[in-house]
Amino acid sequence: MRIKLRYLMLALAATVTAGAVAKLSDKPGDPKHTGNTPASGSSLARNAADALGATSPFATVVSDAGPEETLARIFAEIEANRLGNALQLTEALLHQHPNYRLANLIKGDLLLARAQPIQTFGALSDAPADKVADLRAEALVRLKAYREKPPVDFVPRYLLQMEQGQRHAIVVDTKRSRLYLYENDRKNGGRPRFVADYYVTQGKLGAEKQVEGDKKTPIGVYHVTANLPKQKLADLYGSGAFPLNYPNEWDKRQGRGGSGIWLHGTPSDTFARPPRASDGCVVLTNQDLDVVARNLQVGMTPVIISDSVEWLSLDDWNRERDELNKTIDGWRADWESRDTDRYLKHYSKRFKSGDQNFDEFATQKKHVNAGKEWIKVKVNNLSVFRNPGKEEVVVVTFDQDYRSNNLDNQMKKRQYWLREDGKWKIIYEGSA
Amino acid sequence: MTSTSLLQPRFKQLKTLRALAIGLAIGFTAPAFADNLPEVQRLIKQGQYPQAMEKVDAYLSSRPKDAQGRFLKGLIFTEMNKPADAIAVFTKLSEDYPELPEPYNNLAVLYAQQKQYDKARTALEMAIRTHPSYAIAYENLGDVYAKLASQAYDKALQLDNSNSATQNKLALIRDLITTSGKGNVKPQQAPVAAAPAPAAQPAPAPAAAAKPATPTTATVVASTAGAAATPPAPAAAPAAASTAPTKAAASPNGSEEVTKAINAWADAWSRKDMKAYLGAYASDFDTPKGMSRKAWEQEREQRIAGKGGKISVSIDSPQIAINGDKATAKFRQHYKSSGLSGSTTKTLVLVRSGSKWLIKEEIAR
Repeated sequence: MRIKLRYLMLALAATVTAGAVAKLSDKPGDPKHTGNTPASGSSLARNAADALGATSPFATVVSDAGPEETLARIFAEIEANRLGNALQLTEALLHQHPNYRLANLIKGDLLLARAQPIQTFGALSDAPADKVADLRAEALVRLKAYREKPPVDFVPRYLLQMEQGQRHAIVVDTKRSRLYLYENDRKNGGRPRFVADYYVTQGKLGAEKQVEGDKKTPIGVYHVTANLPKQKLADLYGSGAFPLNYPNEWDKRQGRGGSGIWLHGTPSDTFARPPRASDGCVVLTNQDLDVVARNLQVGMTPVIISDSVEWLSLDDWNRERDELNKTIDGWRADWESRDTDRYLKHYSKRFKSGDQNFDEFATQKKHVNAGKEWIKVKVNNLSVFRNPGKEEVVVVTFDQDYRSNNLDNQMKKRQYWLREDGKWKIIYEGSA
Repeated sequence: MTSTSLLQPRFKQLKTLRALAIGLAIGFTAPAFADNLPEVQRLIKQGQYPQAMEKVDAYLSSRPKDAQGRFLKGLIFTEMNKPADAIAVFTKLSEDYPELPEPYNNLAVLYAQQKQYDKARTALEMAIRTHPSYAIAYENLGDVYAKLASQAYDKALQLDNSNSATQNKLALIRDLITTSGKGNVKPQQAPVAAAPAPAAQPAPAPAAAAKPATPTTATVVASTAGAAATPPAPAAAPAAASTAPTKAAASPNGSEEVTKAINAWADAWSRKDMKAYLGAYASDFDTPKGMSRKAWEQEREQRIAGKGGKISVSIDSPQIAINGDKATAKFRQHYKSSGLSGSTTKTLVLVRSGSKWLIKEEIAR
């Protein structure tokens, strides 16, 4: 049966790119591993073997009720040439989600295979190639995600420090079309704990948004700024929408434009949208959005979008976090010391805040500090998130409690720290 | 859309006929009260449905359980474009006689007309469960699967096929009426016992032996050729192109030549050699339900050359009767393609044309 061959190829394609995470967990020592290394022969074989029966170490905590498991079983049945079972599973899936296009396509193939030999995924002659390609892409990313849960005892590099009030964090991997939900495990020192992951749709033209209308999803550290209920939304947005604060301070500084980047649901005529279909928004199925929404705190929950999530072992994660916490505390202590030169060493020469450049800022600080007999600075509710991307940037947000002999001031402050020549320097700061 | 347009003609031309042919077949299996039922059938053929209904109701009043009477009643409802009534009759019939494949098949045809392909599928699968070698149900099921596939594709790819689907339905009804007026269904009294060489193949259920309890199987139905031209049902080995297991010379006086012709025909079919295959048929071949020769050739082309993968057709030693320039050959035909496989009883009527024997009629169970 020809159907078998092509479907097998599809599954294999998923396995080849799969090797990366398997390798990552084999060799936890290399935190910069981003998953582009081709899989070794052995891990490929093992992946193929494990592909379906494999129970993820996360299985007990995964709460997503997505179609991935059923899809994986369907493809396994097809590969084993048990097309009847595959059809049964597909029909069960469609019973659950009647307008699931991918499942409908597979059903079409399985039925057509009974009437005539079929050549490929989406075997209908004259099928619109773009739509079939979209569904194929969805199948691939879903299978991949099912086979490659985040490695145990690894955490996304971005979630260095959540503040007490942030109960959850969201990390989106655009390359994998996946959204990971993490819990702030406060009992374990604020270590991020994996909760679930979901399929997402991103911009038609991928990630790294630069300008308005480029149909790309931005990369960066954001948070949701509002909760727009379904009743106020067009059908396109599905069961709800959560605008993000794109462009953030860093984006603006990089000259990035555009607006209206939201996290939202799916229109009623389909269960899911293709991996690349939005104008830049991150789109979940309605059932997934509803679950994720329960864990979103407006103005609080970080939403970090990366084109390829980096994972750190807990040891590496602790090291990075300690280093940054120490650096930030050094900045605070040096401010209290009133030694303005030491204090200014924490700032990059390229520093900018509002209209002030570094020299203007330095002049002003020297002037102000000259009038101080004492300064007390407290940093509360600190959060530290690494900014995805090529430069090493972290986003630091905290409640600053500043007291001095002649001025008290409380504010929420946000800083962007950049690693320059191996040292972390503040490149931007302002009120958040 | 290619797939649908490909399907439509089959639906239009085959389905209704297949349903009707079965009805007539059943009629002849009722020796007891046969005198009444042929009259009903005659009236159906003439399109006198109310009269036919009156007769069949009268017939049924004294034997309300009678299967063939009820079957004809279902057919009359179908002809009268009362699908709900027809469905009710066939449904009840299938409940009372779950071993009969025909009511399921006709239910499927009715459901398919209403585009209820899921129900059609269930009904056909029931027909096949009762009769694993029931070729018509297989072929109908192939159509229904394709139709269901097309529906699933529409949903998957957001195609709009609503218009063509409506046309399909209308054409179906019109065809049903035309077909009924045509007497191109030839019943044969030939009891099966005398029929095919006891096929020594392990196919699950040779039509004849399958269910001795069922009266329908005891009759060879002469449906028009082509109706089951792509017969299904699991066959044994992929006998491949080397299709000549038939030992010739079963009888003298030219039967060897006939056997040779039949083998060449099966061989051409296996090789998808359309020229040789179509060349095996006489120019005045009785095309199924009076299709034009051209339309028939196109259909065969589509089903044979247009099919991906291998086809293998082999036959068991035919029983041949020769009468002057006419020969009748009866055999088990084993068909296997990547999609379907099966065995059927087939009768070919051949005519001598010069040195060749050419197929004049092709009759499949």
